[in-house]
Amino acid sequence: MGAGHGHRLHFHGHSVVHRAPAHLKILGLLGFALVVVATPREWYPVFGGYLLVLLGVLALARVPLGYVLPRMVIEVPFLLFAALIPFVAEGPRVALSMPGGWELTVSESGLVAAWGLAVKGTLGVLASLTLAATTEPADVLQGLQRLRFPDLLVQIMSFMIRYLDVVTADLGRMITAMRSRGVDPRSPRHWPALARTLGALFVRSYERGERVHLAMLSRGYDGRLPEQAR
Amino acid sequence: MTPVLDVRGLAFAYPDGHQALFGVDLHVHAGERVALLGPNGAGKTTLVLHLNGILSGETGHGEGSVTVSGLPVTKKNLLEIRRRVGIVFQDPDDQLFMGSVRADVAFGPANLGLRGPELDQRVMAALEQVGMADDADRPPHHLSFGQRRRVAIATVLAMEPEILVLDEPSSNLDPASRRELADILRSLDITVLMVTHDLPYALELCPRSVVLSQGRVVADAATYDVLTDEALMRAHRLELPWGFDPRSIPVDSLPG
Repeated sequence: MGAGHGHRLHFHGHSVVHRAPAHLKILGLLGFALVVVATPREWYPVFGGYLLVLLGVLALARVPLGYVLPRMVIEVPFLLFAALIPFVAEGPRVALSMPGGWELTVSESGLVAAWGLAVKGTLGVLASLTLAATTEPADVLQGLQRLRFPDLLVQIMSFMIRYLDVVTADLGRMITAMRSRGVDPRSPRHWPALARTLGALFVRSYERGERVHLAMLSRGYDGRLPEQAR
Repeated sequence: MTPVLDVRGLAFAYPDGHQALFGVDLHVHAGERVALLGPNGAGKTTLVLHLNGILSGETGHGEGSVTVSGLPVTKKNLLEIRRRVGIVFQDPDDQLFMGSVRADVAFGPANLGLRGPELDQRVMAALEQVGMADDADRPPHHLSFGQRRRVAIATVLAMEPEILVLDEPSSNLDPASRRELADILRSLDITVLMVTHDLPYALELCPRSVVLSQGRVVADAATYDVLTDEALMRAHRLELPWGFDPRSIPVDSLPG
């Protein structure tokens, strides 16, 4: 089966950070994110401090920056949006001198807003990646359970983690089969076929969901996952 | 003696009107290993889903009864019925849904109310039986297909069922895994009903075979006799693999 091994966000290790109880780490992440969001964006040096804290945790966990940084690309669409704000926002304009000898006038308040969005977003993503790199998905779920997170949501998340690889492998096989019949998924001419594949994938996954539910009922499932036997 | 499995006059039509079973009678006694044979669309899966009450007259239009060691399959008895009848589904990915092998095997017995050391013991005993005890802490999706099938069997064994129902146990296995699974099934001291298209596998493991065709039982005899009855085989779309002749197998190597 083509399922990828391991979760792509977790960095195996045995540091203090890795061994810390998951629910404390989740609370730590939540607290950190709230503090970052609540900090006025004009307090520029403070954000440097936050960054140092995160880098310190990563160093303590012995997770190389080269591992975390490429995974931050998930933030790119968000940064693009932030970069647009100075151009579309209202208010007094400032001129920025550009390397080519010309000037760019942008909204001053927009610039500050963009900075705020970008820095807070980046810190949040970096902090979340730190949690993901040092905590196995199953432990995150257990931590959430210990924090009295609604049971149904924990169940849904655990199934998502379990079946992500299976569904991705399903999709991979379907695309391979399409390629074998002369479809190029990158060419817009074939996008309708690709869309139908996604529809088929949805139906397949839905049917798999039904079969999983049958298998669960067959083993006495009564709407609640038992405490994991660990 | 009360049969482990006693199916009487079972008929069933799906809500869309498709009639899958027309009065099936089937008895399986303790310690037997029985193969359930039949072409695609014969109603084998429908029958299997009746054995633990997933399907019943209450979910479609049905008649007849299923009794497991004297206990009728009704809504009131469902939990006990599902403990007694362990179904291993065809695709292990449908059956293994927890984060680790251990948690998955514990799922069933935990639903029966087992906790703590008793639960651990049950889990490890089931994994021992299928030779997967060393992989207890791995996530199921990291295992090979053959290993996943064995864990799927362990998830059901952990409930200490009275009858193990296997849906196509040898499908998608390489020959070595297929043989290993046969060794495991032979080593289990449990009643088995095995749904399969793999006729040599049925001959190897099950002394008795039941043939289901178009929703009816059309034969119930020694597996050897079924496989060598050419008229019966042809009439119900059953075919031996090319080059395989049951008559060429020494009698004393047949089961039971």
